[in-house]
Amino acid sequence: MNPVPRLSPGHKFRLDRVRGAWVLLGPERMFVPDEHATEVLKLIDGQRDVAAIVADLAARFNAPSEAIRIDVDAMLADLSARGAVRL
Amino acid sequence: MTPPPPLGLIAELTHRCPLQCPYCSNPLDLERAAAELDTATWLRVLDQAAEIGVLQVHLTGGEPLARRDCSELVAHASANGLYTNLITSGVTLDDRAMAALLAAGIDHIQLSFQDVVASENDRFGASPNAFAKKQAAAARIRQAGLPLTLNFVIHRANAGRVPQMIAMAEALGADRTEIAHVQYYGWGLVNRAALLPTLDQLHAATEAVDDARARLSGRMVIDYVVPDYHAARPKACMGGWAQRFMNISPAGRAMPCHAAETLPGFTFPSVRDVPLSDIWNSSDAFLRFRGTAWMKEPCRSCDRREVDWGGCRCQAFALLGDTHATDPACELSPDHGVMQAAVTESEGAAGAYVFRKPRKDVVLS
Repeated sequence: MNPVPRLSPGHKFRLDRVRGAWVLLGPERMFVPDEHATEVLKLIDGQRDVAAIVADLAARFNAPSEAIRIDVDAMLADLSARGAVRL
Repeated sequence: MTPPPPLGLIAELTHRCPLQCPYCSNPLDLERAAAELDTATWLRVLDQAAEIGVLQVHLTGGEPLARRDCSELVAHASANGLYTNLITSGVTLDDRAMAALLAAGIDHIQLSFQDVVASENDRFGASPNAFAKKQAAAARIRQAGLPLTLNFVIHRANAGRVPQMIAMAEALGADRTEIAHVQYYGWGLVNRAALLPTLDQLHAATEAVDDARARLSGRMVIDYVVPDYHAARPKACMGGWAQRFMNISPAGRAMPCHAAETLPGFTFPSVRDVPLSDIWNSSDAFLRFRGTAWMKEPCRSCDRREVDWGGCRCQAFALLGDTHATDPACELSPDHGVMQAAVTESEGAAGAYVFRKPRKDVVLS
């Protein structure tokens, strides 16, 4: 399984300048992701698959991709269950 | 100390509405069209909202599309980077209105249905053919490629049809469904005896939602709002008084929630002459119940005081006559018995409703 994640319909990920934080806005809901989730969400563009997202993070943070893959899968499963991301 | 900025602005553009639902949460004393804010003032409010950190604007009413400047306000909010959400009955959402909203950059539309049975839907809204118009509106929203939320308000007469409601939402391509039990304020409180579901009905509705959530996980979000009257703990009303939301009434009064005008002893600031930042940061109305300092026992020493924030001030006043009391929905409230008394009173009560109406009450059975 190597899906291409995308934001669910009606969801927007943007930098809020007043709070200085990234926020994920959706239909009558919002999420303030932690720094790890923020890095993943920045890479969700409807083009990259999960493997590409993991490879990018592994290279930039100089970390083993197996460990990152576990974290990214868990994060995407959680965002999917909450309706913010489609896999 | 400056509080964190509000997350959402609830813009009640008007109390005018083509529907007359007997559970309407608008005040009994509906605002006249002549008292409504003009377009220029709303545009200024939207500018100020974006400046102070509001992220989402919920355009509601009444029926927000009853305002001819609705899509102009959407466009302005959108240009300010605000996420725009239209909460509509859909009966006037024709091709022209849809095209204008789309051009304005609307992000999401919440469309209400009163029931899945057309005749019951039209009876509760007191609006002939409303069901067919709503179906057409849903199709337009999906055709436009916009995300769609269906909203169903649940009460004794329709609580058994939650599975069919969710099935209809699936069939119409909804991304999200709200199954929201009536909240007993405004017209809902007037009609409480006729609307309250039984405990068995509530359990069945909850089970239907749980089943559907498991089945539709990852495809449709289902938000579920329960009635306070069978609860053991109160809802964290509005996420806490003046902690997340600012509500602007059609006439421009800023309040922490849309029902706050029912509370005595308040002067709510007007956006006509007070900037949103002052209202949020320093107005007496917003400071009064923000946080926990105002609380009495049993809230004051409760370890849930920053979870449910004492529940709802409007409910405490409406049911107990005390704005500072613990919401009686909480089983720790010494007055919790008033909730069961209301349930008992409603058992066997006739299904006769007072329909929302500006000047005279229309009672149908």
